[in-house]
This record gives sequence, C-alpha cells and structure tokens, in this order.
Amino acid sequence: MLRFRSVRNIIRFQGEHMHDMSARTHVAHHAPPTGFIRKYVFSLDHKVIGKQYYGLALVAVLIGMFLSWLMRIHLGWTNYPIPGLHLLSQNGAPGDVMTPEFYLQLMTMHGTIMVFFVLTTAPFAAFGNYFLPIQVGAEDMPFPHFNMMSFWVTFAGFIPLIASFFVSDGPTLGGWTQYAPLSAVGSVGGPGEGTGVVLWATSIALFCVGQLLGALNFITTTLDMRTKGMSLWRMPLTVWGWFITSIMGLTAFAVLMPACILLILDHVAGTSFFVPSNLVINDQLQAHSGGSTLLWQHLFWFFGHPEVYIAIVPGMGIVSHVLITNLRRPLLSHRVMVYSMGALAVLSYMVYGHHMFVSGMNPVSSLVFSFPTLVITIPSTIIVLIWLGSLYGAKIQINSASLFALGFISMFISGGVSGFFLAQPSIDIMLHATYFVVGHFHMVMGVAAMFGIFAGTYFWFPKMFGRMMNDTLGKLHFWLTFVGTYCIFMPFHYLGLAGNIRRYPAFVADYMQPFIPVHKFITVAALATGAAQLIFVYNLIHSRYWGAPAPENPWHATSLEWSTPSSPPPFDNFGGTLPVVYHDPYQYGVEGSSGDYVMQTSPEKIQTKSDEA
Amino acid sequence: MATTVHEPPRIEDIRDPARVSSGSGTGDWRNLVPEGGDLRRVQEYAPPPSSTAIWVLLAAISMSFAALTSALVVRKGGAVDWRHFTLPSILYWNTLVLLASSITVEIGRRRVTAFMGGLRGTVEASARWLYATMFLGLLFVAGQYFAWRRLNAQGLYLATNPSSSFFYVFTAAHGLHVLGGLAALVRVIYKLNDFSLRRSTFDATARYWHFMDVLWIYLLLLLWMKL
Repeated sequence: MLRFRSVRNIIRFQGEHMHDMSARTHVAHHAPPTGFIRKYVFSLDHKVIGKQYYGLALVAVLIGMFLSWLMRIHLGWTNYPIPGLHLLSQNGAPGDVMTPEFYLQLMTMHGTIMVFFVLTTAPFAAFGNYFLPIQVGAEDMPFPHFNMMSFWVTFAGFIPLIASFFVSDGPTLGGWTQYAPLSAVGSVGGPGEGTGVVLWATSIALFCVGQLLGALNFITTTLDMRTKGMSLWRMPLTVWGWFITSIMGLTAFAVLMPACILLILDHVAGTSFFVPSNLVINDQLQAHSGGSTLLWQHLFWFFGHPEVYIAIVPGMGIVSHVLITNLRRPLLSHRVMVYSMGALAVLSYMVYGHHMFVSGMNPVSSLVFSFPTLVITIPSTIIVLIWLGSLYGAKIQINSASLFALGFISMFISGGVSGFFLAQPSIDIMLHATYFVVGHFHMVMGVAAMFGIFAGTYFWFPKMFGRMMNDTLGKLHFWLTFVGTYCIFMPFHYLGLAGNIRRYPAFVADYMQPFIPVHKFITVAALATGAAQLIFVYNLIHSRYWGAPAPENPWHATSLEWSTPSSPPPFDNFGGTLPVVYHDPYQYGVEGSSGDYVMQTSPEKIQTKSDEA
Repeated sequence: MATTVHEPPRIEDIRDPARVSSGSGTGDWRNLVPEGGDLRRVQEYAPPPSSTAIWVLLAAISMSFAALTSALVVRKGGAVDWRHFTLPSILYWNTLVLLASSITVEIGRRRVTAFMGGLRGTVEASARWLYATMFLGLLFVAGQYFAWRRLNAQGLYLATNPSSSFFYVFTAAHGLHVLGGLAALVRVIYKLNDFSLRRSTFDATARYWHFMDVLWIYLLLLLWMKL
C-alpha cells in the first residue's frame, strides 16, 4: 500500500473545500523561466503571449494593408502594370497587370487577414491577454498551457493562409465570407477554389480553436482569479469588454469551426453539404447533389455577425478606459455602459440574417431579422451618448491615446449612421452590392477598431515596455490617419448611392466612368494614409529601444495595471503579493480625497457619489 | 445616486477567523468590501478555475454540436436525395458501455475522494475504477469503429449519401471528444499516482465524461429520428 508523501498532498486535494492556506501551494508557476525558448517562444506568461499576439497582428495588418494598396492602385489605374506584381502570383499577373481573378484573390485575403488576424487578435487577444489578468489582480491566467496553445494554434492558422499565395493557382477568391456553392465545388469554381479554399478553411478552423482556448482562459480569469476586493462591478470597462467578447467568441467560433470542417469535407471527401443538385459550372454538371447553399450562409453569419462585435466591443472598453483617464472623471454611468455592451452581445446573435437580405432567403425572415437589427442600434446609441455626455463640458487632456479614442467615437458614429439605412431590407436590396456597404463596415468596424488598437497602444505602451512613445509623432499619426480614413471611406458611401458595384475589379461600364476620378482620389488617399502608418511603426520600434523611460503611472490612472512594482510588470505581475482593491475603478476628482484620483489599491477612505451602490 | 463610503475590506471569515486566505482562483472564499454591513454579502465563493472552465468548455462543445444539428435539419429539410438507413445495432451496445463507464468513473471519483481524505482504501483500489473507465471508453471507441465497418460493409461511406455523411461526421466528432476525455483520464491517473491530483481537476474530468455520455444519448436519439 502506498503511503501519502506528505500531509500537504492530502490538503492539496481537499484544501479547495477545506478552506486552508495550504491550498495556495499549488500555484507552482511562479519562478520566471530562464531558457530563451520558454521565455520568448513557448512562453506561459500571459504578458509574453499578449505581445506575441500583438506582433502577429502587426505583421498581419501590414500584409493586409499592402494587399489593399494593390487593389486600390488597380481600381484607380486599371490595367496599368504594377512592377513586381508577378512575384505574388504565378498566373494572376501576366506582365505585372492584375487579372480580375487575382483582384478577387487579393480582396479575399485582405478581408480574411484583417478580420481574423488583426481585428480579432489585436484588441481582444493581444491587449486582453496582457492586461485582463493584471487588471483583475491575478498572477496569471489559470490555464497557462492552454494560453500558450491559443497563440501557437492561431499562428499555425496564419501559415496556411499565407501559404495559399504560393500554391499553383493562388489563394481563394471567394471573399472572406466564402459563399457556397463556388467555395465548395473545387477548382472548377475558379482559380484558388480548390486548394486555396481548403487552406483557407484549415486556417480558419485552427484560428477558431486558438480563440476558443483563449476565451476559456479569459472567462475563467474574470470569474475566478479576481483579487481580494475586486467585485464584478469594480472591474474596469476594459475587463468587461474582454469578458463579454470572450463569451461571444466562445459561442461564435464554436459554430464556425464545424462549418469549416463541413466545407473541407465537401472538398476532400466528396460530400455535398453545401452544393445543390443540378449545378452546372463551365458547362460541367457537378457530381454533388442536394446540398444547401443557404446553410453555409446561415452557419457563417451566425458566427460572422457576432464576429464584428468581437472586433468592436474590446475597442469600446479600451476607448472608455482611455477617455475616462483623460477626462479625469468617470463616464455618466458605468453600469449602463456594461449593460449596453452585454445587450450588444446578446442581440448580435439575433441579427445575423441582415447579411442575407439579398440571398434569396424568405422575405418574412428578412423582416424578422430587420427588427432586432434596428433594435441593436439602441445599445449602440446608448454607448455613444454616454461617451458624448461624458465629454460634454469636460476638459479633456489631449494626447495620442485620447485623440485616437475620440477618433474611434467619430468613426463609430459616422459608420454607424449608415447602418440605419442598411438595416431595412427594402433599402438594403438597393445598396447591398455597392460600395455603400463597403464604406459602412470599414468605418464602423474596421477603422474604428483600428483606432481602438491605436488608443490602447499609445496608452499602454509605457506599461508594456517601460518607455514612453513619442507624443508628437503620435499626434501627427492621428491627424494623418483620421483625415486620411475619412477621405478614403466617406466617398465610398457616395459611390454606393450612385450605384457603384462592389467586388468588381474594374469599372468599364459607361455609367461608371464619372466615378473613376473619385476612385483615383480614394487610391491616393489610401496610399498616403497607409504610408502614414509607417510613422506609427517607426514610433513603435524607436520608442521600444530609445524612448524616454516611463514614470510609474504616466497617465495618473487608477486601475491595477498601474500599481505593479515595475514597467513592464515582473513575471508574477505584482512581485509576490496580490493587490487588495478598495474602490470602484474610476475614482477621479473625488471630493475630500487627497489628490485628483484614488487608485483602486489605495486604502484611503473616500466618499463617492456613484451609480454603483 | 446613493452615497456610499468605501472602506478597506474587513477580513471576516465566518468559519475560522484565524485563517486568512487570499482569494483568487483557489476555491477559497474571497473577501469583498462590505457595502451594507451584511456579512453574507461580504464574501463571495471563488471556485477553482477548472470547475468554471469545464462548464465553459461544455458550452463551446454544445454550440458546435448545435451547429451540426442545425446543419442536419436544414440539409435534410431541403433534400430530395436523403436516403434512410438503419443504425447498426452495435451502437446500442456501445451506449450501454458508455453508460457503464460513467458509473465506474463516478465510483472512482468517490473512492479517490475518500482515499485522499484519509478515510479508507489504497491508491491502487481507487485507481482501479479509473482503469475500468478507460477500458470501457476504449471499448466504446472501438465499438464505434466497428459500427463504421458495418456501414462500410453495406456500401455506406462518408460521401455516399447525406444521411451517411452526417452519421460519420457526428460519430467522428463525438469519438474525438471521447478520446480527449481518455487523455484527461490518463492525466488524472498520473496525477493520482504522483499525489498531485486536485479535486477540481478530477471533478472537471468526471463532468466531462458524464457530458460525453449525455451528448452521445442525444446524438443517438437525433440520428435514430433523423437518419
């Protein structure tokens, strides 16, 4: 009979229910790793994993932006050779001139890379990994191995996507939505519809697994790892944003993954889940039969609509956090903000059909989906009104982070207003296939989320790297980006209203000729705005090594990430002791307190007026 | 707009004031600041992360199978080529095997809890039930493979008909999840022998295993009704 090695081992098992100090002995991952691989590559540290996600997003966004440049040049100056273009595609660019198919391949890859590997990884996975555990006062996430797998599986998902540029007929051209049946019939559907789609679906399925593992950690960290005194309502809005997003991610990615597997099976196993009967492509009758093309759309958009909120809700949290710090006063209501983000999450599952108004879905269904689509504007509007109401009469501190937070609000409103039009099936049928929709989602979800990423970067860079970013360059970066993105995406709306069809690689019809100068203007603006991002990259790299050393709490903020003993925080975040939280997250300008702000960890007794009681 | 005074948390442990625990993720009681002086509101139970994580994981798995279920319903609803086939009878025996494994894992869980609590038993006697669970789990997977072979013998392959496609997709997805549960059981047995097992880890594994059981019964009913 084996004997217990020590009493402690018994307690380890029972301790969770026996309420004993010894239960804490299980936290064994506290000694920082020493080897290079464990420290920087296969790291279990949530901070390193957060930086890895940020690096992946940075690489992905530069690739995605470069692809959009190529598309814009082609749209402005159709059939002009772009030097070196043939290097990117084996037969998509004879004589460096872009073929229509290659344009669609670039468009697909731009969308996929941006939505999945930038807008999901940067605001959610990167900043969430880095700051969620610190902001709730935890030493790490509860499942660091899952967390490490989360990044590396995501990275493994990025490889097949990029690799599809180098297979014989290039990446898929089906758009980031990958509509069946052309996505499911194989290479007869067009260049890239064979191997390209399989690589795409593999990539996305892996990405789903990575994000599910991440969401698992985010949810358990928020629920179980909060430190003493950190009640749910004391969590900063950023934590609420990531928490709500991880719940959305958990349910949305869990649906997309089986959908991708069914799509792969249609390719490699000859099943017909998505290919209908009697389908003739290029005079060939397809062997598949009986499948449902709408089934793919339902499965995809059940994920796809929550996905746009997965991209934007973390940004809302970051922007609120940055704004409050620079307004030196809390938002009008902390709780209504949280409830509204929660309402967005719930409603985001009920509105997905508005992407399918023109799909041939039953018109009654369109009406059913139109209603919650209009309803979802209510929490969005409440969130915007809370921001605007909090801004009213405030003396905001202007710096790069707060400028980008304001830019986020501007973009979210400008892009959101066009959503009211698109929510109605009768108008959407006119506008769905035009640049109006392209302008709408680029502003409200793409650029707004990017501004959230920028605001977070300028705000948290001192904490992540212990150095300040150059504020002058940051402001220059903001104004160029802000003006530039309006120059790009506002004309999209006018083009759409005038009937300019989207996804066309060239505009040769007579009635489109007057639009060509507008497209040329947009192209110039896109190239200039893209070039302005190099200022940001330069600022990032230069500040990382040569920036001014960051003070302990440069923004005089209250949340826990600014009470770590150093910047960047030590391996266990708080140097061996966990913080104790005494206050609501945003105690600025409290009457009777000793200073302008009261940190969450300050034991000072204060009298506050808030809606949190 | 109520006015509240925020004070430092009073460390008040109802059961044993001498013991002060620090809160996060240990399954201890977490002290929160008293708002209205009500002691019952002061503390909030902070469950060990794995007992939360298991429900999160099961929610994700449920969503995936719900998606596949809706795919089946939609695909069948519009199909003209749907061909009915009878489920191989071995599936019902497999169901009994999986149900039995749920019982053995539950007995094992109780034995281990009693043993680790120092009440009775030996580690071998406790682990025996887990080995039995693993054996039954492997038997189930082998039985599922045998059911596939039966269908192959009837000429039903993955791409033969949408009904057989869904049969293979559902059973393969469920089988992979069962294999994942077996891997978790291996880890539990390793940790049990190493005396580093935590109750929450074991409880989470057992819950997962029971869920695989429930999921399989659901799938069996679904396939029986729809195929």
